[in-house]
Amino acid sequence: MAYLLLRHRDIPGLENIEIYKQNGGFRALEKAVTTLQPKQVVEEVKASGLRGRGGAGFPTGVKWSFLPDTIWPHYVVCNADESEPGTFKDREIMEGNPYQFLEGVALACYAVGAAEGYIYIRGEYYPIAKQIEACIAEMEKQGYLGDSLFGTQTSIRLKVHLGAGAYICGEETALLESLEGKRGQPRLRPPFPAVVGLYGKPTVINNVETLTNLPFIVEHGAAAFREFGTEKSPGVKIFSLSGNVERPGNYELPLGTPFRELIFTHGGGIPNGRKLRAIMPAGASSSIIRVDDSNFDRVMDTPMDYESVPSLGSMLGSASVIVIDDAHPIDWVIKKTIDFFQHESCGKCTPCRDGNYWMKHLTTRIHAGKAIAADVKLLDNVAAQVYGKCLCALGDFSTMAVRSAIERFPEDFEKVTGNS
Amino acid sequence: MAKLINLKINGKPVSVPEGTMVVDAAKKAGIDIPVFCYHPKMEPVAMCRQCLVEIGRPVIDRATGQPVLEENGQPKLQFGPKLETSCSTPVSEGMVVITDSEKARAGQREILELLLTSHPLDCPVCDKGGECPLQNLTMKFGPKESRFLYDEKHHAEKHFPLGDLIFLDRERCIQCARCVRFQSDIAGEPVLGFSQRGRHTEIVTYSDPGFDSVFSGNTTDICPVGALTTADFRFGARPWELKSSASICSQCPVGCNVTFNVRREVKAGGGYVIKRAMPRQNEQVNEIWMCDKGRFAGYQYTEADSRLKLDSPELDQALSQAAVKLAESASQAVFLAGGRLSNEDFYTLKQFATRLGAKAYLYTRHGGGEYTTRYGLAPGSNLGNLGKGDTVLVVASDLYHEAPLWYLRLKAAAKRGATLIVANARATKLDEFATFVIRYSYGDEVETVKSLSSKEKVGEAIKNTHHLVIFYGADGLGLTGTTALAQACADLFTSLPVSQTAPKANNGLIGVWSTPNQQGALEMGFAPCADLAAELKDKTVYILAADPAGDDPTLAEALKGAKAVIAQDILETETTRLANIVLPAAAYTEREGTFTSGERRVQRFYPAVPARPGTKADFALIAELAKRCGIDLEGRSALLVMNQIVANEPAFSGITYAKLAEVTEQWPIIGRSDLFYGGTGYENKQGLGVTLSLTPGVSPQGRDKQATLLSPSPAAKEMRGEGLRPKEDELLAVPITKLYDNGTTVAPAKLLAAHIARFDGVFVNPATAKKYGLENGSQARVSLNGVTYSASVLLDESISTGVVLIPRSFGIPLAEPAFVLLTALEPAQEA
Repeated sequence: MAYLLLRHRDIPGLENIEIYKQNGGFRALEKAVTTLQPKQVVEEVKASGLRGRGGAGFPTGVKWSFLPDTIWPHYVVCNADESEPGTFKDREIMEGNPYQFLEGVALACYAVGAAEGYIYIRGEYYPIAKQIEACIAEMEKQGYLGDSLFGTQTSIRLKVHLGAGAYICGEETALLESLEGKRGQPRLRPPFPAVVGLYGKPTVINNVETLTNLPFIVEHGAAAFREFGTEKSPGVKIFSLSGNVERPGNYELPLGTPFRELIFTHGGGIPNGRKLRAIMPAGASSSIIRVDDSNFDRVMDTPMDYESVPSLGSMLGSASVIVIDDAHPIDWVIKKTIDFFQHESCGKCTPCRDGNYWMKHLTTRIHAGKAIAADVKLLDNVAAQVYGKCLCALGDFSTMAVRSAIERFPEDFEKVTGNS
Repeated sequence: MAKLINLKINGKPVSVPEGTMVVDAAKKAGIDIPVFCYHPKMEPVAMCRQCLVEIGRPVIDRATGQPVLEENGQPKLQFGPKLETSCSTPVSEGMVVITDSEKARAGQREILELLLTSHPLDCPVCDKGGECPLQNLTMKFGPKESRFLYDEKHHAEKHFPLGDLIFLDRERCIQCARCVRFQSDIAGEPVLGFSQRGRHTEIVTYSDPGFDSVFSGNTTDICPVGALTTADFRFGARPWELKSSASICSQCPVGCNVTFNVRREVKAGGGYVIKRAMPRQNEQVNEIWMCDKGRFAGYQYTEADSRLKLDSPELDQALSQAAVKLAESASQAVFLAGGRLSNEDFYTLKQFATRLGAKAYLYTRHGGGEYTTRYGLAPGSNLGNLGKGDTVLVVASDLYHEAPLWYLRLKAAAKRGATLIVANARATKLDEFATFVIRYSYGDEVETVKSLSSKEKVGEAIKNTHHLVIFYGADGLGLTGTTALAQACADLFTSLPVSQTAPKANNGLIGVWSTPNQQGALEMGFAPCADLAAELKDKTVYILAADPAGDDPTLAEALKGAKAVIAQDILETETTRLANIVLPAAAYTEREGTFTSGERRVQRFYPAVPARPGTKADFALIAELAKRCGIDLEGRSALLVMNQIVANEPAFSGITYAKLAEVTEQWPIIGRSDLFYGGTGYENKQGLGVTLSLTPGVSPQGRDKQATLLSPSPAAKEMRGEGLRPKEDELLAVPITKLYDNGTTVAPAKLLAAHIARFDGVFVNPATAKKYGLENGSQARVSLNGVTYSASVLLDESISTGVVLIPRSFGIPLAEPAFVLLTALEPAQEA
């Protein structure tokens, strides 16, 4: 199967604009700008069933249609703050296939009537930001960005903004704050960005991978897109596979591909003859799926799409599949995740700020064997106490691994607390 | 009137205006929902997550748009899976809020527990202990014991001076951002912010010097923990030891309602000592705020070492000697009173002067009182009601420095949509929030005001306004200039249609005086003297609450040429030092009385501490003197004097002490049992005051000026109009007012010494300084009317190059604009 997103793997030099053009580049943009009304683009994307690839899986076309026609200007913001531990798909897209991505951003701008789009790239991707800026300059030079696109009245300009190294800025409202030059902290919702977004104006915020799907959908139509994936989760998805597998990396597969195919066929299985013990399908924000003899086949045959993964008590999220073998104690895994969340908590709301600090002390002590059974209960309690009370979703995410680990891997905690 | 929304909170039916947040609706219904970050004066941010409640909403049938009903006919409710923050959730029709279910209480308890994990729990040594929202809410809503290991507490800096007035304890801070938001949203001085993130989040100041704001003290009132404390009160007393006493701030004409907290101390011989000044709620005056001058200089002078006192026989002797001199002089006596005196004092003084045949003047260089008494604010006025469709003009006044609370109130009015026009010869802080900024040259004030109506947009804003309020000050103006300016402003009112000018609420002319009760004196007919030096010659001069000798060496000379000088004050001044007889007055914190604010609101102040032995209230001293001159005046109590004022002064008719002490319900609800909600500011139980009526039945234009004690002022000498253009080498020196001045009542505030010093000098544009070979801070000679003064040079880019600004009260006696020569003071020779 030919790649839809990671096309640079098929076409060497695709990061060069001439090669991109030779391979059908900007045809979708030209088609949209010269022959389609913005509303038709929105309808096509709605019909494609494309869902947000940043993690939430919200239908992209529907999200676009929330922008009020009475308030202008509209903005498109691309969330390229790829920060979820275990996620590294946007990076490969931007490095290898930057023009398809940028064409996607321009298509989104055209669809929602935005003359300006912003690409918010995480600070650690500094070289990529430079590359994207160069690509934008090249596109402007060749008339694919700027004024009077393809001889029409349409103007689209893109700007790159570099983050300063904060996980929270991947949260869309914190991203907007940061983009506006303020402290990167989430905003109170409602109002939602679709109505009050960047600089108080209606704003669409989409992930890099989501936008990179657009040229295909616009050029080939919704039906072609729907040939991949499932009814409710159409299209392909880049799965970032990491952890205890032979061949970690990005795998572009249709949504609905079972875990087995990703982990064993493509990933080459678990190294060193170890056994698969746990999967975190959505990076550090995941509930941990327990895999043992009793459910091995059921888990392995579960299709990786937005509807099926929840049946395993977890979620697909950004599809950053972290594989954990039986050599790694789960109390260590949650200590790692809490270390991350505690370090990245923005501190705006109490439960996340103080809860993660508390959980860090508990997970550290538990992993160090300096805890009693009551501390494990307390940890579960604190996580439960944080969940559902935070200002943004990331606070809730910080509790997922902890709660699922304590529930599903009790033996790991009995061991470290000596069952006292 | 907004639409009313009906909902139920804990089963109680509540109706509140559309847009009300659930937390406020509950508060109005008497139901407390715990909050930390929410404050009823600020927009919700829902950061602390403390106000979690269960919220159910009626299920609406999509097809019919009607509520779905249960079998019993009640609307079917849908509760969300999560608790909701009541501070950020607006009420909606049919909503059901549950704040006290096990689920809601658990949520509230859990957030409190999380907050306490990061809190040092050093309540026994914390200044906030006893009036601490975190403490109180923990008792009411919190967990009984801690599950967090004390050893795992996060530690941070405990005595961090954000500025020299406010200290931050970073361990106690719960990151609610009330202080940050107060500074940026309410004060308009965004000098605080957060640094770092997560558990390391900490409050920092962005300004240099730190926490550079004149409203900084308010952050300590609304801080829900002991993180922010004032330099004057920290470690000074425990809240439960304090008694409170209602008062009015005496530092400017706004008349902020305050509370003095007092306690008995050994160092005062077991007597009462004032420990701090706190704002007292009056939504029509200062809301729940006060400025740092009021807080840190408002009462401190009354405890200065330089307080005057005489023992009983000495006082008796002084009074007798003074009486003899005054009786001898009779019509050759001149009374000179400062606007720090109360209404009762002014009235008694006026009676004394009239009966003695003496002349009585108000000691001020800020004229125009004959207009503010006629065109002033009418009853029912509230700057807090100004908004869309209203226009406010501020001319020749730097309100941020001269009356900070008016600055705050006008900034808010502009935010609500009022058209704010700021006209001044130089940039002022209020410009930032103005709809129109008008710049003129010094000397063109009157012309500027006259031409406003003919300007396109500004003229329309004035002509089409629902309400017009004009503030005029003395920025760069002397007595003649201010008087002419007041007249020009009054003419703006008379030029409007009658419907606009008839006495009506939220309409009128306000003088930005430098004292708390100049308006009261004006209402009784007192007026300033234009040529005071000439007037004093060979007279017996009775000076009260004023320091002419300290203000101006010319006046000191003139006083030396007087027949006798009797000085009555609370503090030693240049004037008391050269007086023949000194009468020690009780400070206003030690007695009862009333002030009339610039908005013409009469407000009572009450004794916070007993009068010092050997001092008496001014009206009592005046009555005592009169008695010894054979004139019988009321001097027994302030209340009895007020009864006479009411009977004899038309403007004060109908005002009684009882009426002044009346209160009505105010929003937001603040006070001791509601600390967690509005802060530690005090509720007002002692009176909101009463605005003087404009004489009924007479329109402002037709209203005769009340009988004054005086003939019109002698001819003015002040330069006007085209005269104010500097000649070669000359600079135009203009007097201005800075908040922290060096006046009698401010200088004793030790905490403010560095703040006062920042304005001790003359301000010039950097280019001007360069031209004269001067730098910031270098010493210069200022030659004014043939006299040379030395002063530090302070640079200010916002002022024009031909001008030197001279802050009042720092030693250069500039009564009105004048030309000066500026020269560098040669560096001292090395020894």
